[in-house]
Amino acid sequence: MSGRTLYDKLWDAHVVHVEPDGTTLLYIDRHLVHEVTSPQAFEGLKLAGRKPWRTSSAVAVPDHNVPTTDRSQGIADPVSRLQVETLDANCDEFGITEFKMNDIRQGIVHVIGPEEGLTLPGMTVVCGDSHTSTHGAFGALAHGIGTSEVEHVLATQCLVQKKSRAMRIRVEGELGKGVTAKDVALAIIGEIGTAGGTGYAVEFAGSAIRSLSMEGRMTLCNMAIEAGARAGMVAVDEKTIEYFRGRPYAPKGEMFDQAAAYWKTLVSDADAKFDAEVVLDAAKIKPQVTWGTSPEMVVTVDGKVPNPADASSEVKRHDWERALQYMGLQAGMPIEQIEIDKVFIGSCTNSRIEDLREAAAVVKGKHKAANVKLAMVVPGSGLVKQQAEEEGLDRIFLDAGFEWREPGCSMCLAMNADRLEPGERCASTSNRNFEGRQGAGGRTHLVSPAMAAAAGIAGHFVDVRKF
Amino acid sequence: MKPFTRLDGLAVPLDRANVDTDAIIPKQFLKSIKRSGFGPNLFDEWRYLDVGEPGKSNHDRPLNPDFVLNQPRYQGASVLLARENFGCGSSREHAPWALEDYGFRTIIAPSFADIFYNNCFKNGILPIVLDAAIVDRLFKQCEASEGYALTVDLDKQTVATPTGEMIAFEVDAGRKYRLLNGLDDIGLTLLHSDRIKAYEERRKAEAPWLFA
Repeated sequence: MSGRTLYDKLWDAHVVHVEPDGTTLLYIDRHLVHEVTSPQAFEGLKLAGRKPWRTSSAVAVPDHNVPTTDRSQGIADPVSRLQVETLDANCDEFGITEFKMNDIRQGIVHVIGPEEGLTLPGMTVVCGDSHTSTHGAFGALAHGIGTSEVEHVLATQCLVQKKSRAMRIRVEGELGKGVTAKDVALAIIGEIGTAGGTGYAVEFAGSAIRSLSMEGRMTLCNMAIEAGARAGMVAVDEKTIEYFRGRPYAPKGEMFDQAAAYWKTLVSDADAKFDAEVVLDAAKIKPQVTWGTSPEMVVTVDGKVPNPADASSEVKRHDWERALQYMGLQAGMPIEQIEIDKVFIGSCTNSRIEDLREAAAVVKGKHKAANVKLAMVVPGSGLVKQQAEEEGLDRIFLDAGFEWREPGCSMCLAMNADRLEPGERCASTSNRNFEGRQGAGGRTHLVSPAMAAAAGIAGHFVDVRKF
Repeated sequence: MKPFTRLDGLAVPLDRANVDTDAIIPKQFLKSIKRSGFGPNLFDEWRYLDVGEPGKSNHDRPLNPDFVLNQPRYQGASVLLARENFGCGSSREHAPWALEDYGFRTIIAPSFADIFYNNCFKNGILPIVLDAAIVDRLFKQCEASEGYALTVDLDKQTVATPTGEMIAFEVDAGRKYRLLNGLDDIGLTLLHSDRIKAYEERRKAEAPWLFA
């Protein structure tokens, strides 16, 4: 019998019951909840007269709708306000822990889960949000679910699932200077496509992944969903274990040692078999910039906007033409000549302390270009913001003409007041460049924090390696 | 949940790959705390020439005449023909809620994104995966003949074209059973309450920190 993959181990440890056709009742350890995808689930529970199965497994935070400007007067938009108030009321009624809007621990759900030690290795983690894949960075099985499943997990602590196939993506070698986890994620999506991971649970492995910090691994697993994979994961190592020492909700003392002994087993066995394997050479990965309206429409910063005539199929050619039209770009244009209007540094992909440090290092002592109307930095949580301020990063950004905001999802999806106006072009550290994602008619280019910061200073994309 | 058994429905071809859930229902409408009423804002940015907002009446908004759903011949469609990776991106269940509220009961595509595919079954929508070449043929037939309707039979797992061609499709047996009968997943899972409790007892002994 061949060995087991990390995914096999996580799956097997959570099986409650298996039907003859393989349909499995899978136990859920941690349920993260936010204001957008939960109101209808709570309403469903109430209508059916049901109670949450295990309240202590759920933790909630408002993040999508919250303003990133002064919050002392609450939320101005009445529709957004009602949604956040509904979350508050539901958590109060059912006794669910919530970090409310003005709590220092409030932030993007995928940033605060690990930060508080609510996410732990070996857990099954779900949330009504596709970027739940982020938590897989810690050797957890984590994926996004719809609202019906939010209700299902609240009521039963389980999900009805079928096991996915296993894919391993190995990145071997050393990443070059100025090349980050974000560039690795975009390079992988460029290689396998936005549906390349569909039906798979993806494990990221190889020496370049081992060398990444936990923050970098989170960025990578966060983008697994953009490759179509519901779950991305990285095996546990010493870095993973050390990350949790002293976190508020992580085990303490002897219990920590007992947990750590188990966490160490959360690696794929040497003889484990994967259904698919992809290998990338880390040394060949360059800083990436998306040019279109899907994360797979990506090129290296020293590249050019591609020509639809070179597309591999008729459907793709049609897509590229539409994308160029929407983005207001011409085929053959060098990426470094694309001028931008706004910069957004933030989102569950890139709003952790390491991301802010990388961006600050680029802008230090410089000033944003005259053609850049707005450059905003939105920390992932109140605690990230506090730490950044202790390190003086806020001053560096403010001196460079960047805005320093309150934590939340912000302009990644523009549910709050932060958004692009029609035709505006943005260098963004978020995860989706879909049409209208950052505001109707807005044009998004996905990049790393350092690349976004450099574009803000230059006024157009530049190769951060030469900056 | 509304059961799905058999459908005779007008088809509409949406000729774009990688249609994401942001396009299906834009973010501003996600502020609703209700499960219904999303149909008028389905594909909002493609369907209308202005920007929609929650609470704004949709009746007098300018329609985009080039968008396929606005063409008179496709009014009343309940079968959506789509291209690969339909429903990618955000996990928002508001996407199937909007499609269902508009009147779609089935979507035929060469492939779907995982979470969206799963969400459809929870809302009485049948997503059907067919070979890309077959889907392409259905697109061409649909565009060529006004009033083109398909007959979908979930029990028999077939799609019938107006010329009588029968196309078989695969569907997971458990999902099929629940969709045919309109069954509530939660009720079925709670039949296993004793097993869930037994699992928790076992797990508490192995990994007590998970229950601290």
